[in-house]
Amino acid sequence: MTNSLSVFVLRRLLGALIFVVVVSTSALVLIRLAPGDATTDMKMSVADPAAIAAARSRLGLDRPIWAQAASWIGGLARFDLGTSSHYGRPVSGLVVERVGNTAILGGLALVMATLIGIPCGVVSGSRGGAGARVIAAASILLVAAPPMLLALALLYLAVTTGVLSVEPGSLLLPLLALALPMGAVIERLQSRATADTVHTPAFVAAAARGIPRARVVWLHSLRASLQPVLGVYGIIIAALFSGSVAVEAITSWPGLGRLMLDGLLSRDVFLVAGCALAGSFLVAIGNLTADVLRAFIDPRIREAA
Amino acid sequence: MRAIFLLVATGLLAIVAPILAPHDPTTQFADKAYAPPTRIHLRDATGFRAPFFYKQTLVNRLAREYADDTSAPISLRWFSGGRVATSGDSTEPVLLLGADALGRDVFSRLVSGARWSLGVTALGVLGALLVGILVGGLAGTAGGRVDSMLMGASNWLLAMPGAYLVLVLRGALPLVLTTGETFALISILFTVATWPHVARGVRGIVAAERAREYAEAARASGAGLWRLMSQLLPAARGFLAVETVLLVPALLVAEATVSYLSLGFPDASASWGTLLQDVNVRVMSEAPWMLAPAAGIFAATLIAQAAGARVPQRA
Repeated sequence: MTNSLSVFVLRRLLGALIFVVVVSTSALVLIRLAPGDATTDMKMSVADPAAIAAARSRLGLDRPIWAQAASWIGGLARFDLGTSSHYGRPVSGLVVERVGNTAILGGLALVMATLIGIPCGVVSGSRGGAGARVIAAASILLVAAPPMLLALALLYLAVTTGVLSVEPGSLLLPLLALALPMGAVIERLQSRATADTVHTPAFVAAAARGIPRARVVWLHSLRASLQPVLGVYGIIIAALFSGSVAVEAITSWPGLGRLMLDGLLSRDVFLVAGCALAGSFLVAIGNLTADVLRAFIDPRIREAA
Repeated sequence: MRAIFLLVATGLLAIVAPILAPHDPTTQFADKAYAPPTRIHLRDATGFRAPFFYKQTLVNRLAREYADDTSAPISLRWFSGGRVATSGDSTEPVLLLGADALGRDVFSRLVSGARWSLGVTALGVLGALLVGILVGGLAGTAGGRVDSMLMGASNWLLAMPGAYLVLVLRGALPLVLTTGETFALISILFTVATWPHVARGVRGIVAAERAREYAEAARASGAGLWRLMSQLLPAARGFLAVETVLLVPALLVAEATVSYLSLGFPDASASWGTLLQDVNVRVMSEAPWMLAPAAGIFAATLIAQAAGARVPQRA
């Protein structure tokens, strides 16, 4: 790793840290500003005012918003995310449990989408023929299928034919629902980037010098065309987590989306902030990895940053 | 042009939807729980006649088996009661897409739900375009500190997964809302979550345009910020068309997600997402017509894509 690359990584890490703190603190402030609080949910409408006041003070809801936001940021430094009013457990334990599930689903989906999308894109972008046309057609159809609909369609397929398991907690169905549309997007991008590069004079000349076409396409052109594709990985990762909320709900995958929803519905201040923290952390890590890969491939990027 | 047509058609469909529904979306018909789709016939033993259907009778309540009662043909009634077509017998519904668990007509619910789903989508896209054009145009035309401030804000919003952003913002609002409030607030939320996509693209095009000679000439002849912006913005037309075509399906799915998670439209004014709440593994195998709203969203997505494929990509 060269020096410029490590400086680049350090700067991006700092940016990611600020992003995570600001996003989670904003979520905390937003939920405090929302009408109603955790005691409204606790069916305390019949309880006496003293009990409600005691509960509010225990949850820190009687403190001003800025004080609570400040102690949240202070707690972050000690990895203390507070206690969930809905579950009555430390938020950190809850979040780690669920964020792992979402990370497994999202991470595997990203790997699967890449492993399908990039090779298919190189094939469909570098030559004509039936194979390339089939790939392009399948991918145009899948790009139009949002993960939410694909999850429902796969669930229907599983119910009617029994080829996929529909047990709650089975990974393959939500994984396919997330990875296939994403793989199709990557395939389209890689296909266009490959088509653009193989027709540039450098690659025509390489082919003319007698370098085997497969070598030109898969080695030289791939490295040049990966650049624009990796450039959109930030957007792809954000879209992946967006889609995962609906997919997790439909396939009963116990992920971060469900936990966040529970927190929102019960006005659980620390739980929502903790979920926002974990979500923004995953997004930041994903973006960082994509950026580092890009900088690794193209030195111009690390110099510019 | 096609993108504008798409947006207008989306809005129009939302408005005319109730006329196309044969029944009231909330009417529960007795003994019609999960009744299968009614078949419309055009001929009987004597030959062709006006479209009619047979009364469905419940044969086995436990197995939810229905049978056509061929002794009682019912004609369709056209253009009456503010509907294009409805059943000629007020107690026997015409169920083009079957019935749900409470014996309500799924087709009518689908068509009425289109009003909420498509309406919120059209308003959300419109809002995103207006805010995005304004912010992106301003940032691109003004440049300098205004540019970096506005684009900094939109980049932060862009980095967040849209679904989480919408859910947290929606969660911060009162949990129980009337249909009208839901409609207005969700359109605003969709505008908030999507304007940065529009702004970023518009800003890039306008900033590039600003360096060209005609823009320099305009500035030299004393054009102010707004005048200059109005000269530069037309260059972004192609991009805006593509963006509209991308946003329509994205917001349809977003509405479906929010309502599916019971943070959107209530059951009394069910949108496509609300309707999908009733779908689970068991319902899927026994009453697959309950998946109709998902097919609706997919069809809308394909139509938007087909429109998008023809938009000239001048950006």
